[in-house]
Amino acid sequence: MFSFCTDPASLEGVKWLSCYLTTVKHMSMYYAVGTVLLLLSITAPTALAFGFAGASAARSQIAPLRWIGKTYIALVRGIPDIAFFLFFVIALDQAFEYIRHRIKCPDWEEPVRQGNDFIVCTAAKLPLGNAPQWVHETYGFMLAVLTFAIVFGAFAANVLFGAMRAVPKGQLETAEAYGMSRRQTFWRVLVPQMWVFALPGLSNLWMVLIKATPLLFLLGVEDIVYWARELGGAKQPQFTEYPHPDWRMWYFAALLVFYLCFTKVSEFALDRIMAKLTHGQATAAGEAQRKAAA
Amino acid sequence: MSCWETIADYALRSQGIGERLLPRTDFTLCQQFTLIGSGMIWNIYFGAVALFCGFFLATAVAMGKAAKNPLLRKPSEWFIFIFRGSPLFIQFFFAYFVFLSLKGVYPFFSPLTSAWAGALVVLFLNTAAYTGEIFYGALQSIPKGDTEAADAYGLSGWSRFRRVIWPTMLRLAWPAYTNEAIFLFQSTTLVFFSGFPATQQRGDALYYANYFADKTFNPFVPYPILAGYFILLTLVVIGLFGLINARLNRHLPQERRKSLKVRPQIIR
Repeated sequence: MFSFCTDPASLEGVKWLSCYLTTVKHMSMYYAVGTVLLLLSITAPTALAFGFAGASAARSQIAPLRWIGKTYIALVRGIPDIAFFLFFVIALDQAFEYIRHRIKCPDWEEPVRQGNDFIVCTAAKLPLGNAPQWVHETYGFMLAVLTFAIVFGAFAANVLFGAMRAVPKGQLETAEAYGMSRRQTFWRVLVPQMWVFALPGLSNLWMVLIKATPLLFLLGVEDIVYWARELGGAKQPQFTEYPHPDWRMWYFAALLVFYLCFTKVSEFALDRIMAKLTHGQATAAGEAQRKAAA
Repeated sequence: MSCWETIADYALRSQGIGERLLPRTDFTLCQQFTLIGSGMIWNIYFGAVALFCGFFLATAVAMGKAAKNPLLRKPSEWFIFIFRGSPLFIQFFFAYFVFLSLKGVYPFFSPLTSAWAGALVVLFLNTAAYTGEIFYGALQSIPKGDTEAADAYGLSGWSRFRRVIWPTMLRLAWPAYTNEAIFLFQSTTLVFFSGFPATQQRGDALYYANYFADKTFNPFVPYPILAGYFILLTLVVIGLFGLINARLNRHLPQERRKSLKVRPQIIR
């Protein structure tokens, strides 16, 4: 990285550290931080969409749709989420391959499950065996995103379902009295008003989502936990230009600080948003704001 | 091999008792049920012990955070912030490597590098922080009338805390605390995925479920079994905490008693 990094053995102190922290592998670790942020930025809206669909389904008048919605919300009750993560990654992968298998190889005779093996025809493999490395990595990452979205979508559905019920009934009855259809009431009255009630739950969910990102490691993505273990381990002088003893403790301390800062910043930002949203609302917090201003 | 033999061989496998080798081929449903159930011993151990010990520290932390003296308040606030603001998964990793380097200097710390002690310490501190925040919130919402009544009766210091503040705090915090307990039992599944080694393949329920899913390449059997066990455990926890809740609320008129409402659990 820097010009003086050509001979690391002769360096000391800050110079050594600045060279050490900018090696190619460390750069991959910083990219992994980007991966985490990317995951958050994709998962949050996707999970919200899943949650919205789930909550609307749970309120539906059509019984089967309502059952699906309620089951989806209840899914996360009582079962460790990490089990869902481990489950969905394999299950989704196999589901995709199975569907492709049925479409691409219709004349395949043998069963897909043979003893302990899951066998689909070569054309149905995901990603294809001859695909480049980055396709494999992207596919793994997309599976992780989908898994996160499904699990957190269930949490979001629960929050939104509660928020929809918190909208004062009088509002909905008024809408009906004005002759609005159910659909109109939903989109024009219920949805715009529910966000204030949903925000505390959603911001809590955001915090939890941040804290769930290290679980990417369990889903086989090379994330920051992977790199912290990889880079922190003791390095012998014969294999690397930057030998050092077992530093994993310090790497994880750094991750700990990173997450603490991240949650602190989010907390601050979410408080600001909440203050903006409650401004002028007929809630306890809104009342407190009015009193403080007066 | 009949199912009874399997149970005899593997029911205590997670504690290192019974058959040494895990099944390798021809996995039966019985084997999966038995081994995953055997792993539940660890989940219950971690959860129950951490919850019990954490309860006392949580009370202290909550009192500390509510204290006027900054020497008591600041450490409590930082303790709660550090453990609630970072992922449990990273806490496990960090603690494991800290214990590992401590062990190198003082052999006294060597038990802490194994899961039964090291992970327990992390879970204990973690639940103490979460529960401390719950208790702090409850302390803040103790009705003014209750403390005023205590003052009027001439109660002060320890007896005021013991007879008025503490029981009311518990009563108000109990529904949230029940959630925290369920939550804690679920996070015990992270232990063996986070650095702490499962020596001789003595792991918890998720460890074995993952083992079966890896070997059979079929997630549709072991994970639902695990889910079943955890739903059962959750029901037991709700039942036990419900009994305590009923006792804490026994002086209130029927309609004012708060029944436990359990919310879905989220990872920490």
